[in-house]
Amino acid sequence: MLLDVHDLHVTLPDQGRKLRAVRGVDLSVAAGETLCLVGESGCGKSMTALALMGLLPRRAERRAARLRLGLTDLGGLSDSAMSALRGRRMSMIFQEPMTALNPVFPIGDQLCSVYRRHTRANGAAARARAIEVLESVGLTNAALRMRQYPHQLSGGLRQRVLIAMALICEPELMICDEPTTALDVTTQAQILHILKEAQAARNMGMIFITHDLGVVARIADRVAVMYAGRVVEEGTREAVLRHPAHPYTRGLIASVPKPGGGEPGQTRLASIAGNVPAFHQEDARCPFLSRCLQRMDVCAETPPPVRQAPAGQSFACHLLPGWVESRAAGVEKRA
Amino acid sequence: MTALSAAPALPEEELVRRPGFWAKARRHRTFVFSGIILLAILLIAVFAPLLAPHDPFMQSIALRLKPPFWHDKTVAEHLLGTDQLGRDYLSRLIYGARISMAIGIGATLMSALIGITLGLLAGYYSGWIDTAISTVITTRLSMPIILIALAVVAIVGPSLTVVIVVLGLLLWDQFAVVTRVATQQVCTRDYVTSARVLGCSVGHILFREILPNIRAPLMVVATVEMAHAVLLEAALSFLGLGVQAPLPSWGLMLSEAKTAMFFSPWLIVLPGACLFILALAINLMGDAMRDLTAGGRG
Amino acid sequence: MAAVVMVIVSVICFVLSNVASDPAVGIAGAQATDADLAVVRQTYGLDRPLPVRYAEYIGNLLQGDFGTSYLAKRPVLEMILERLPVTALLAFLSMALALAIALPLGCAAALWPNTLVDRLSQVLAVTGQAIPNFWAGLLLIVVFGVQLRWLPISGSDTLAHFVLPAITLGTFAMPPLMRLIRAGMIEVLASDYIRTARAMGIRPFALTFKYALKNAVLPVISLAAVQLGFMLGGSIVVESIFALNGVGYLAWQSMSRSDMPVIQAIVLLISMIYIVLTLAADLLNGIMDPRLRGARK
Repeated sequence: MLLDVHDLHVTLPDQGRKLRAVRGVDLSVAAGETLCLVGESGCGKSMTALALMGLLPRRAERRAARLRLGLTDLGGLSDSAMSALRGRRMSMIFQEPMTALNPVFPIGDQLCSVYRRHTRANGAAARARAIEVLESVGLTNAALRMRQYPHQLSGGLRQRVLIAMALICEPELMICDEPTTALDVTTQAQILHILKEAQAARNMGMIFITHDLGVVARIADRVAVMYAGRVVEEGTREAVLRHPAHPYTRGLIASVPKPGGGEPGQTRLASIAGNVPAFHQEDARCPFLSRCLQRMDVCAETPPPVRQAPAGQSFACHLLPGWVESRAAGVEKRA
Repeated sequence: MTALSAAPALPEEELVRRPGFWAKARRHRTFVFSGIILLAILLIAVFAPLLAPHDPFMQSIALRLKPPFWHDKTVAEHLLGTDQLGRDYLSRLIYGARISMAIGIGATLMSALIGITLGLLAGYYSGWIDTAISTVITTRLSMPIILIALAVVAIVGPSLTVVIVVLGLLLWDQFAVVTRVATQQVCTRDYVTSARVLGCSVGHILFREILPNIRAPLMVVATVEMAHAVLLEAALSFLGLGVQAPLPSWGLMLSEAKTAMFFSPWLIVLPGACLFILALAINLMGDAMRDLTAGGRG
Repeated sequence: MAAVVMVIVSVICFVLSNVASDPAVGIAGAQATDADLAVVRQTYGLDRPLPVRYAEYIGNLLQGDFGTSYLAKRPVLEMILERLPVTALLAFLSMALALAIALPLGCAAALWPNTLVDRLSQVLAVTGQAIPNFWAGLLLIVVFGVQLRWLPISGSDTLAHFVLPAITLGTFAMPPLMRLIRAGMIEVLASDYIRTARAMGIRPFALTFKYALKNAVLPVISLAAVQLGFMLGGSIVVESIFALNGVGYLAWQSMSRSDMPVIQAIVLLISMIYIVLTLAADLLNGIMDPRLRGARK
């Protein structure tokens, strides 16, 4: 297992109180595998990624029972050891490519700086490597691009440069935090293609954070659905997307607009009423309680246990595995 | 040039915030601290004749260069000592507050009047009026104030009134710059457009619609320029081309003390400290104003 | 715009020396009789119409003739050029000192906001701006020159003579520079591109001093140019306290004795230098900030 995370917690100070952004998250990613981390804004997926990279704000607290990249224990590393790891064995790209590059340095310089920070390469070797990796992400005229400044490139090109920067030291794991959300659909498709190719070429593990289920359908091997700081469902793409077990996942998938009108008789877009709550205290209740259409009394008393659904994925709910099928069967019987 | 485009932070809701202002101000430590000092200096200046133990102009050959109360050779009736002409230092310092406050307030009011008017006109009418006024502002910015002030005073002849007028005629640049940019920002807002549509006169629009809403950054500029004026007058008097003897300007007192300062250091420590405290209080008040009028969440 | 401003400045200086005060009185002396004054006016062509005299004034300027001092009876330009090195040295030393304190302190305050370092920087900023610089100069003289006897307090023979004056002149310039660096660095350190660099493993030292600083320092260049201009004007006070024989001291002497040609020449020169400095700052900004280098692609 490339990345092994167990019981990750992240708390942030919030005006005197503590905000529990991540409350006991388990993740695992194998080499060459893409894990999509899905959820609404505020569910803690970005915080999880930052926690893995060691990029949390200074006053944030992180603790985990297990936090391992390969054989390295990430939890026990000092800041400088962590910084040596970043960009070399694990790298991350972010959502907004327009502001993610330093405006006063040519992009060649920025790429070479990263490479030379992590290797003992000299200037010429770094430049050659930078050109090589720029070409591998589909940038034509790479030698010319090296001398250009970020403001001379479009958003899609800038994101490619950032991907190149993330790949230049051949990392084992790459985390992508909604890298295509700010781009138009065509560019989005191109970027996803580049990422998948890069992953295949290097047998790289990838965590792809998104709220777009269409993207998940295209690139995920495994899917983890997060809600209010916890993973509520986790399994293969087939299992989670085709046979979702958790009420939240079902709600998410149902709310994707389908051309043709969705269910027979459906006139409005389905949505999940309410907002993601923020947690300041330890809570024994199910996080989805306030918005769940299948809530029961027990949901307000004990934390939901992790069960295994018929399709193979795990989900955290008081409902019994197979509840979806039995309800559907029940409806059919009555109908 | 770049100085002209510095954008002030205009609060989002301007007039609406007024009820809360004093409540917030009362709790702001810097505001209270600097406010108390400024008020104290103002009161000292106003009530100088009642507070000063002696006549600041009365000389006494016998009692020259007596040190202040913390020194062993001190004289009882002169708490802060005497200067080289035997004049009571405490009284001179108290009366000096009058001069500094007069300069500060007078020059600032005058320069505010000039600068704000120019800025309103430049910001409201773009086109050649704006270009003309901007050129004037840039010209003024290019000329070093202290040299111009000295030159003019040298020509006209130094006195307190001349200094106030000259500084008032020179310190308006920041008022104009800030007013101009703020006016340009505000002119796009709806209440200005509706005033125009209703046929209000330009004067009304400028002074009753726009000006009240750009008060915030202007109050900050006023504090900066007031501190500037006080220190400039002190410098002018120090160089002999400001307030003339025997008036007790703090700057002049420093100049007069230059020859005796090696043996009687209090002669320069005290007036300088007064200038420092006044300038500090004004600057802190400006910082507090900036905090209190920063728009948004406050 | 700069050209227009220069013209206006030259007009103002002309007015100062030829209209606001009577050059005939300046040349002949205060005790001159009316007959003397009439002779002077004719000899020097002071009875010609103003526009003609202004044209001649500009013509002279362009040839390097800034007029003749009433008192020293020497070409003004010569007198100024003799003293310019002292003032230039003072201004540059003061600016160097101000930057040497403002840059590290501003960076430190931005890296560790709301800590002791930050509070210290704020105290220094507020104090530096409120202290009357001539008072600071006098205090420095008393403490360092007399009581401790570490540094010389008058004259301009050695570099050591410039230390106290540079400190005095620099204290006023330091606070705005430090505040600007601090604000700029705080903003830059919170930016996305610094986050990217950090995510790529760039070391904190390089992050601050190479990646962040180059962005934050851009507005400081313009401010430093403006401050340098102020220093040239403000040198008048510092030079007279420390008896440095520079342009400022010359200005003060001329003003005390109403030597108008010298005064207007100095004002003109310093204004010109100021305009050139701001233009140079714009140019430097254009060089350092690639986004300003014109539309490419």
